[in-house]
Amino acid sequence: MVMENQKFVLTKKLSSLIYGMIGIGILSLAVSFFIGTGGERIAANLLLNTYYFLALGLIGLFLVTVHTIAESGWHTSIQRIGEAMSSFIPVAGVLMLLLFVFGGLHLLYEWTHEDHLDEILLKKVAYLNAPFFYVRFAAYFAAWILLAHFIRKYSLQLDETGDLKYYRKFRIFSAIFVVTLAITSVTSSWDWLMSIDAHWFSTLYGWYVFSSMLASGTAVLIILLIVLRRMGYMAHVNSEHIHDLGKYLFGFSIFWAYLWFSQYMLIWYANIPEETVYFYERHKHFSTIFYVNLILNFVVPFFALMTRDSKRGSLILLPVSVIVFIGHWLDLYQLIMPGVVGGEESGIGIPEIGITIGFVGLFLFFVFRSLARAPMVPKNHPFYKESFEYHTQY
Amino acid sequence: MNKYITAYYLDEEDLLKGIGQMKAKGLKILDVLTPFPVHGIDKALNMRRSRLTRVAFVAGAIGAVLGFGFQAWIFTVDYPLNIGGKPFFAVPSFMPVAFELTVLFSAFAMVIAFFVSNKLGPGAKALIHDERATDDRFLVVVEVDDSLADENIKEIELALAEAGAEGITLKA
Repeated sequence: MVMENQKFVLTKKLSSLIYGMIGIGILSLAVSFFIGTGGERIAANLLLNTYYFLALGLIGLFLVTVHTIAESGWHTSIQRIGEAMSSFIPVAGVLMLLLFVFGGLHLLYEWTHEDHLDEILLKKVAYLNAPFFYVRFAAYFAAWILLAHFIRKYSLQLDETGDLKYYRKFRIFSAIFVVTLAITSVTSSWDWLMSIDAHWFSTLYGWYVFSSMLASGTAVLIILLIVLRRMGYMAHVNSEHIHDLGKYLFGFSIFWAYLWFSQYMLIWYANIPEETVYFYERHKHFSTIFYVNLILNFVVPFFALMTRDSKRGSLILLPVSVIVFIGHWLDLYQLIMPGVVGGEESGIGIPEIGITIGFVGLFLFFVFRSLARAPMVPKNHPFYKESFEYHTQY
Repeated sequence: MNKYITAYYLDEEDLLKGIGQMKAKGLKILDVLTPFPVHGIDKALNMRRSRLTRVAFVAGAIGAVLGFGFQAWIFTVDYPLNIGGKPFFAVPSFMPVAFELTVLFSAFAMVIAFFVSNKLGPGAKALIHDERATDDRFLVVVEVDDSLADENIKEIELALAEAGAEGITLKA
């Protein structure tokens, strides 16, 4: 039965859990400073988590918008979760700006050391320089935040009034967002991640990072949906909807592996020193993570989600989603750490785990706050009815 | 089975409703032929889930092992070639071929398995229950036991008519 005006209520237990997680994050950040963890490692951790949770927000909005312009009815029933995930975008922007302004830029990126640039980096100065970096940063976040704001606004207005003119606006802004993200997701990953290894480049990098985020964003959407169902919300969502999300997770994991392999094999085959140096470092000092990354993000979802039944219930889908969520965090770890911290000083300890827990708490705080603000079911959406009478065979 | 009755519907909603009524009366529905996939018909007919996926998995696994193994054997035992200083047992370079053979094997195996299980393929004799089923009608095929007397068959036909079916024909 669909409860039309059901709103999410944040229980005391849950909110104290979230505050506890945020507390752990702040505490471990303080502890990391106190025990003398290198500035590079702390900055790298903050970049890792701000980027990771920013990407989850962007993917949440991406899934909403892409289903809107594709007019897929089934997604209307879970649209609010994606919208709620997107509420983290401005928060990540503020945190990232603070990180870059207060010393992070210099610690993270070699190209900011303007006095020590070698021949190769001097040729890249036209793109890799601090003022232009901040201009691009501002442009990305201005576009994302504005579009997210309008999409959410029209979605809520549509829900209140049922006037289809808001639906048209919702669709137009959705289309603009999809195109914007197609470009900015690639260039922003160059700016914030690929420029860590400023000498190296890969033309596939942007899509590789995007596919990674797409898989983990879908995993987080599944986790949130299943958790909300266990809390007694989203009762209208049945195993057909979960089945489709499971197919997404399965497909995006394969897509990620495809891009991973395409990038790796071409570099391995061509064997050009300036390209192989990237994987040389990762093989030498991060060999465990190098292989664990592939197992968690490809082998596990591929075999675990292959059968139909595993995608239709939470028994297998939930643990696999958690594994994929952790796996893509590790993937991002191996993109950032070797370049910033290096093999000797990096590791996975208090800074990594504690700060990540803090970010999970912060992310959940904004997601739940956004969920509590609007009814869980967009009852005036044109696809409202269709989304519940949904059933798929395979 | 030698005898069966065919009947048709004009609309898929009526068809689904009719199937429910026929099942309630204990008629044995052998098959339903529709011009397009009808949602919920698998459930209404208690159809077993397709086993084609298992064929695909097994054949794909065989293809992957063969594709990988064959290259591994060629490049390490049969005819080792030094290509760009790479090791003879160069796993990444085997992957694309192994992948393609996985896809090829499972695709062919699925087509062949589908043909075999449905008695289709080149040279197969088309079984047309009713000419109208090849156009826009929703055809239901009901089994009739050979031992049944004529009045029992009449009963079945009556039940079909009650379930809203048209064009009820006894075939031998």
